[in-house]
Amino acid sequence: MYGKGAIKSLLVTATRFWNTYWDDFVWLLRRIRRGDRRYYSQEGIRHRSSKDTRGIFTIQYPEEKLITPEEFRFLPFLIYDEAEDGKREIRCTSCGICAKVCPPQCIWIVRSNDPKTGRPIPEPTAFFIDGDICMNCGFCSEYCPFDAIKMDHEIDIASYNRNVFDMEALLKPASYYAGIRPANFAREEEARRQKEAAKAAKAAASVS
Amino acid sequence: MTEQSLNSPGYEISPDMQNVVAITNLDRLYNWGRRSSVWPLMFGLACCAIEMIVAQTARYDLARFGMEVMRPSPRQADLMLVAGTVTKKMVPAIVRLYNQMPEPKYVVAMGACASGGGPFKEGYNVVAGIDKFLPVDVYVPGCPPTPQALIAGLIRLQQKIDKESIRSVRWYRKGGDTVAVPVPILGPDLIDPRRMPEIKRVAAQGAAEAKS
Amino acid sequence: MSMPSMGTPAPVQEFVDLSSRFPGIVAPDSRAGFTGWIVAAERLVEVATVLRDELGFDLLSCVTGVDYLPENRMEVVYHLNRTTGGPGLNFKVQVARADPIEVPSLIGVWPGADLQEREAWDLLGIRFAGHPDLRRILMWEGFEGHPLRKDWKEAFYEEDGKPFKSRWPEGQLQMAEDRNPLQDNLSFPPGFDPEKWIPEGDALLYGSLARYTIKDEQGLSTDSIVVNMGPQHPSTHGVFRAAIKLNGETIVALKPVIGYLHRNHEKIGERNTFLLNMPYTDRLDYFNSMANNLGYAITVEKLMGIPVAERAEYIRVIMAELTRIQNHLVFIGNLLNDLGAMYTPALYAFEERELILDIFEAVSGARMMCNYLRFGGVVRDVPPDVMEKIRGLVHDRLPGKTDEMERLLTENEIFLSRTKGVPMIDGETAVQYSITGPVLRAAGVPYDIRRADPYSIYDRFEFDVAVRPHGDLFDNYIIRIDEIRQSLRILEQALKGIPEGPVNSQKPQYQVRVPAGEAYGRIESPKGELAYYVVSNGKPNPWRYHVRAPSFVNISALEKICLGKKIADFVALFGVLDVVMGELDR
Repeated sequence: MYGKGAIKSLLVTATRFWNTYWDDFVWLLRRIRRGDRRYYSQEGIRHRSSKDTRGIFTIQYPEEKLITPEEFRFLPFLIYDEAEDGKREIRCTSCGICAKVCPPQCIWIVRSNDPKTGRPIPEPTAFFIDGDICMNCGFCSEYCPFDAIKMDHEIDIASYNRNVFDMEALLKPASYYAGIRPANFAREEEARRQKEAAKAAKAAASVS
Repeated sequence: MTEQSLNSPGYEISPDMQNVVAITNLDRLYNWGRRSSVWPLMFGLACCAIEMIVAQTARYDLARFGMEVMRPSPRQADLMLVAGTVTKKMVPAIVRLYNQMPEPKYVVAMGACASGGGPFKEGYNVVAGIDKFLPVDVYVPGCPPTPQALIAGLIRLQQKIDKESIRSVRWYRKGGDTVAVPVPILGPDLIDPRRMPEIKRVAAQGAAEAKS
Repeated sequence: MSMPSMGTPAPVQEFVDLSSRFPGIVAPDSRAGFTGWIVAAERLVEVATVLRDELGFDLLSCVTGVDYLPENRMEVVYHLNRTTGGPGLNFKVQVARADPIEVPSLIGVWPGADLQEREAWDLLGIRFAGHPDLRRILMWEGFEGHPLRKDWKEAFYEEDGKPFKSRWPEGQLQMAEDRNPLQDNLSFPPGFDPEKWIPEGDALLYGSLARYTIKDEQGLSTDSIVVNMGPQHPSTHGVFRAAIKLNGETIVALKPVIGYLHRNHEKIGERNTFLLNMPYTDRLDYFNSMANNLGYAITVEKLMGIPVAERAEYIRVIMAELTRIQNHLVFIGNLLNDLGAMYTPALYAFEERELILDIFEAVSGARMMCNYLRFGGVVRDVPPDVMEKIRGLVHDRLPGKTDEMERLLTENEIFLSRTKGVPMIDGETAVQYSITGPVLRAAGVPYDIRRADPYSIYDRFEFDVAVRPHGDLFDNYIIRIDEIRQSLRILEQALKGIPEGPVNSQKPQYQVRVPAGEAYGRIESPKGELAYYVVSNGKPNPWRYHVRAPSFVNISALEKICLGKKIADFVALFGVLDVVMGELDR
């Protein structure tokens, strides 16, 4: 019969159309019974990002936000640890590896020498990242030996001007880093602890 | 998504400012109409264009903001979303399109390449940011900015539109007809007509140095 | 454990000894790390004809030039392959680097050399004698100089190789504009007067179209119209322009104009180190960043001679096949958009693509610019919950959704009347024009690099090479559905067989040692044959870095495909070639 193919196509569209509203009804019953919400809730977003998603696929930014995976990378940021007296211990030692490994060369670091000893200060005097050149590749955080620069999750950074960041704009506390990348943070803290333990054991062994 | 209420002026009006109140409300109405139905120019250059297209698809749905009408013709568009690397070969076409857009028009530089040249800034065929030629309203960084980041940037643009006032917008000023940006010429390198004397001077300097 | 490959038997390796066949004209390339033959320029066409006719190398894979400034020599490198399968052959022509640099054109032997020779002229200044239309292709007429030459420096030039010394330890922020007298990425010849400059415009382009005259039945010459489609037009293929000469509604001549997205990938690639090039390859074919990474990684691994970790090989195949599926879905969506189906199939396709991109984001950190592969493996392992997600997609969701897409489209009468029987190209012409990928296979030639010249671990998987006989628009659509199904087959096998273990055979290092030599690594990207030609001289930066992009070579046949068709068909015919401007212009 001529037109059978077109009817098949219309059936596909009609099935999807029907599923959308049927699923709304099913979720309404779930909401009455269990309190699950289809929209504006974490389980709703998770369902709509899974392989069982059917019907409405929209995640309504900015009221609903997609679940960001831990490895997500946007622009970089520098980490400081908070000491007990509230002082910021910037992890960066201005070794310059991130500046060397950045593909479009968008990192500028000024390292100065201590005037008294003449040796380099393990903290950057100035640190600039041109956000209008950065390609979000993640090499800087991948090859930093001190876990000092990591990739941020913050995406709402549109502005009315160009985006060149200096050190103040880039610094964020380690607690923020632990919040956005818990598994990475845990692994790095574990590695740090083991290294400290090994160093302490070696020091104890050399003393005795 | 709009939290504005059009009816309340939002601050106390003193009696001698009564006749000003009507204009403030008209501003709100005017801006609300414009910001809720911005029509982007379908203008994708490179990878950012894909994220722009994806922002229109079902998951991110720009139609919620009134922006799903993407017009390929500049005569019917409000917003030029420069998405992708701006190359010297393409810039004359971009400037011509911008000139053909009627007022009110906005430009959003999406992505690192349109904001400031991006990772290709050192290239010989790359213009270091579209703001070398066009006035940019919002810069959205990222390479590419995820569709959610783009929507955040467009919300920033909507906030900018909200702050405008009929009394001060450039297209209603007396004699303030939009000035067309002169179209660049493709010479031995890109020639911007606004900078011709400067180019002549620098080239003459180069010739003098070469001779000496 | 490798399984015997099913289907076509593995191709036989034979050693081709050209120097005894052509004594005095052809000599083996004896430089350390190099392979292939060096052919004397005067007898080039003769040798090429013998290679094509007698030895069966009918597919010209790549033509590119290399500038050896220290040895005062320009070299043109040719890579050939057989459609019957097997390893390829490469030969070079060396000429002195003194203007004019002339090499005979091979367009008479392989018409697919057309655009690639024009690119070598544009970027390196090598003239090809006998080429009918040697114009600039990526830059514009009137541009000063040949940019890829080693002694040509661009306006923002800082140093020959990255990393730049100005970033550390004295790294005060300085915008590149401030180092240039014109405060911008511009440089003009000394004494240039912009007010006296008359732009060349498109005189040469329209001149090349004017050579086609139209005569109707009574022998009267009729007028014609030249229409420019692009560079800004409402199809999603990007900034592409075609100057089309029309006789009424029929296409009489067509010249593609490209270069609107030429981002100097190769020049920047020579400045980067080998590792730093990896994120730049993401941006070539921006839909398939995993495939681009894979091609580059296997090329440099060939140069370095390092093995790849076993688990990483399986992960690479999984990612490559997922990329293929999402690319074909996007293709079907865009094709239907071009045909006028107002976005419904495109939105269905993009929904599945979003789920695949979620996996890429969870594994590599970004949806599109994955930067996931490194030399020797991949950068990090796939976490178990993401592996579960992949299994869920491959086993539960994607087969059903592919069936749904077929139900939606394959028997639809409107779609069939638009696409079935609209001829595109036949197999023999496609091979002559160096077309590769699904377009070639839809024309009846069963050439798939995963089977003909296997790379990575593709020889362990059981899958069919999708082929369709007619080469019309409908076959080009249905072959993508076939390939999605075959990719799902490969994915199932890979997910079952993936072993535990490290994901990189090398330690993480940003300074890789690459010995001197050349390598040509080719993969079957979703759009065709994607190949990288990398020449190293032992330094941290490559000496020459060339990308053989399938989109660029496939449009050599665009004029042949569109001749005689109506202008209304142009959008569909061009859309079916599946081009991406990022890799077309590089």
